[in-house]
Amino acid sequence: MEFADKFQKDFYLNFIKDDRWRYIVNGLGVTLKVTLFAVLIGIVLGFVVAIIRSTHDKAGSMSKFLRGTLNVLNFLCNVYLTVIRGTPVLVQLLIIYFVIFASVRIDKSFVAIIAFGINSGAYVAEIVRGGIMSIDQGQFEAGRSLGFSFTKTMMLIILPQTFKNVLPALGNEFIVLLKETSVAGYIALEDLTKGGDIIRSRTYSALFPLLAVAIIYLAIVILLSQLLKLLERRLRSSEK
Amino acid sequence: MKKLLSVVLSASLLGLALVGTGCGEKKELVMATNAEFPPYEYHDGDAIVGIDAEIAQAIADEMGRTLVIEDMAFDSIITAVQTGKADMGVAGMTITEDRLENVDFSTPYATAAQVIIVKDDSDIASPDDLAGKTIGVQLGTTGDIYAEEIENASIEKYNKGFEAVQALTQGKVDAVIIDNEPAKVFVSQNEGIKILDEAYTYEEYAIAVKKGNTELLNQINAAIEKLQESGKLQEIVDKYIVAE
Repeated sequence: MEFADKFQKDFYLNFIKDDRWRYIVNGLGVTLKVTLFAVLIGIVLGFVVAIIRSTHDKAGSMSKFLRGTLNVLNFLCNVYLTVIRGTPVLVQLLIIYFVIFASVRIDKSFVAIIAFGINSGAYVAEIVRGGIMSIDQGQFEAGRSLGFSFTKTMMLIILPQTFKNVLPALGNEFIVLLKETSVAGYIALEDLTKGGDIIRSRTYSALFPLLAVAIIYLAIVILLSQLLKLLERRLRSSEK
Repeated sequence: MKKLLSVVLSASLLGLALVGTGCGEKKELVMATNAEFPPYEYHDGDAIVGIDAEIAQAIADEMGRTLVIEDMAFDSIITAVQTGKADMGVAGMTITEDRLENVDFSTPYATAAQVIIVKDDSDIASPDDLAGKTIGVQLGTTGDIYAEEIENASIEKYNKGFEAVQALTQGKVDAVIIDNEPAKVFVSQNEGIKILDEAYTYEEYAIAVKKGNTELLNQINAAIEKLQESGKLQEIVDKYIVAE
């Protein structure tokens, strides 16, 4: 009975009093917004980088000018991958907020979206490149023999197969990204984790705010995994 | 080979035993703090120094215990004290009602004020001008708690005090509310910002201990009293804060 009383009191203190649940709900909104847009940026960046890198490795004869451009682009992509994968996302976030956007008042969710998007793009790029390289060279040659141009072979034959193959790894990357956004509180962005921290800084109880935050992340990840599973099944149906 | 193994094993066991007795001789007094709060506590080389660190050291000396300082986020200190991960929280901590519900406080050992830092060319001249502004604070500090009472202001809660000040110098916030002594340090280190003459509020710092741990609380209070009488407390404060 005493336990139930304490539970009720703590629950009231952490979520109901002063409308503290708002920190969690608003924070969840920010976390979802940042993750969603970062994922979109990550996909676009990732596919572009992956296509440049695998074209550089795969494509056969071409004009000197094209080959030169490709070499430069490939070099830039390599720098991007090395820097982004070689430094922690928290440090990248702080650099973007305090160094790159120094002396401007800027929407912090925007900063977070850019930081996490650029970060995710590097990982997506390598996943997708792995997918492209795993497609049998024969598929590529078949496309070219049928008279498709390089671009058409890529778009119509290679990439659709790639997408299906890399989907599990991509899903994994998005789950990681969702959880990584929890460091956004460092730039005073009030995301889900920061929401829990703010409650904790007011009530000094660790259990309820942290548990609530953890359960919400878990729920989103479970939901996301289920959706991905569904998508995977749909894409596989063509194989039968 | 077997012989070598047994020698190594027995040597390491002996070592373990020595370490074990070493701990037992002098009990540790673990202090939780947030060492980004000059001049009360900050990192200097390998050590955490400052007024609070020295006062805690003096208290530990009085009690005959070894002081261990744990550096953590400010908003985690009370939780650390509550859960017994630290014996006491010494972090320029003001007594507030919410905090009193979770920990016990010693007698105050210092007085302080929450002041407002603005840019030199700011139109904010007094606490009344803060309405509707963007204000940077350190999460969980009294500045953060008081700032929420300001009308229409949007509050940006940074994890560290200096990050809030950095946001101010970069024009990301209009003002920062923070304790006066760290404020002086921040202003002296950054050009183009100043402290408003009129303080936001006044308050007193005290040491937090786990609720119901009256034995430790009494020991700490006795030590503070002794340090106040002997003038040692003032000596420590004077060492870090140059009188105006």
